[in-house]
Amino acid sequence: MNLFAALIRRELILALRHAGDSLAALMFFVIAASLFPFALGPSPRVLAGIAPGVVWVVALLAALLPLNRLFGADYEDGSLDLLMVSGLPASAVAFGKIIGHWLTTGLPLLVIAGPVAIMLRLDADAVPQLLGTLLPGTLLFSLVGGMSAAITLGARGGTVLLPLIALPLMIPAVIFGAAGAITAHPAAEFAMLFGLLALFLPLAPLAAGAALRAAVS
Amino acid sequence: MKQSQITPEAHTPEPPKGAVLRASALAAIRGERVVFRDVSFALAPGDALQLIGPNGAGKSSLLRLLAGLTPPAAGELFWQDENALDDPPLHATRICFVGHQDAIKPGLTVADNLSLQGRRTEGEITAALASVDLEQFAPLPARLLSSGQRRRLALSRLALSKAPLWLLDEPTTGLDAASVRRLEARFVAHRAAGGMIIAATHLPLDLPGAQSLELGRDSGR
Repeated sequence: MNLFAALIRRELILALRHAGDSLAALMFFVIAASLFPFALGPSPRVLAGIAPGVVWVVALLAALLPLNRLFGADYEDGSLDLLMVSGLPASAVAFGKIIGHWLTTGLPLLVIAGPVAIMLRLDADAVPQLLGTLLPGTLLFSLVGGMSAAITLGARGGTVLLPLIALPLMIPAVIFGAAGAITAHPAAEFAMLFGLLALFLPLAPLAAGAALRAAVS
Repeated sequence: MKQSQITPEAHTPEPPKGAVLRASALAAIRGERVVFRDVSFALAPGDALQLIGPNGAGKSSLLRLLAGLTPPAAGELFWQDENALDDPPLHATRICFVGHQDAIKPGLTVADNLSLQGRRTEGEITAALASVDLEQFAPLPARLLSSGQRRRLALSRLALSKAPLWLLDEPTTGLDAASVRRLEARFVAHRAAGGMIIAATHLPLDLPGAQSLELGRDSGR
């Protein structure tokens, strides 16, 4: 546990020193979401209708941006070798880095999603429900994205391959997340979101750990 | 048994009494090629083993195998008569691995690079940097270091580790003569304290009484 806490602390220090990487994802989120009013016109009725879906999809794309550096940077400079022989199981290394991704990308996206949704003319009363779906949503982005990043680690063209693997896996989360953000009775959608979370919470670190072992060997 | 690739000094049909680390007929395959096979040796506390051989002979592959990063294609590795690679997290506590890459984050300061592996007191980090004569660079970003200084920073991790077995891949690459002498003095101290060293190198390295293991004589067969 001590080693695990040290790993998360390491991820936070690195994210803090390379704050540009995390900020880039947030800036992408804001800019991409603000393109929709330009493309669709400023009609509040249209924007409010699409706001939850836009926030969900753009947040997903923004969360993917830093993923190819999640393991890639450590893989290239040899740090991953040291992490793998740090005394933590490979799946714990993967899980620690996935938590690091959520803390430095998912959580900031969650914080900024409210203002972006209001910018898109979403009714302020509907914002808490949207954020409620995005909480398991961003966790799923980090879990599935981190798993995909580990699987594509070291592959030629991994940067392109990563979204091709991660995005189809995220389709169920987008369906239930975006639906749960607008429906009047979201219990079923939330149950599905947390069901997906219960599936990927053990699966993603195990798969990513196996992929990391294969990448360093 | 196939003809052994190892030199007579390292060849120990009966493992000597007190051997802690024992490799038995290890083999590695990269791609479709057998990099080495039938590698056997035994190390007791205080022993050192120098891996020699041409480029591509599998020195780095053997070190990564011994570190538990790569599973062996054949053979077994024993630590005190238990299979060492059965429990990778436990094996990791026995080794300090310094690979051919320095694993340095250029954006972080020299001192912060050492604190990434875990919470360290300032005194521990200063002592580790002093062991490679880098303490005056502690607050500087690591990107300002020369390649030899980066190598020294990577080697300073040895001072932070309490592991008995050091696995070093070309530790002296880029080091000046004074740094090599300082490193050799630390090797002596580590071995005197009961530690073991396995180093791959093609540069002359003074490891008194070290076994040597030549790889690559019949690779690819």
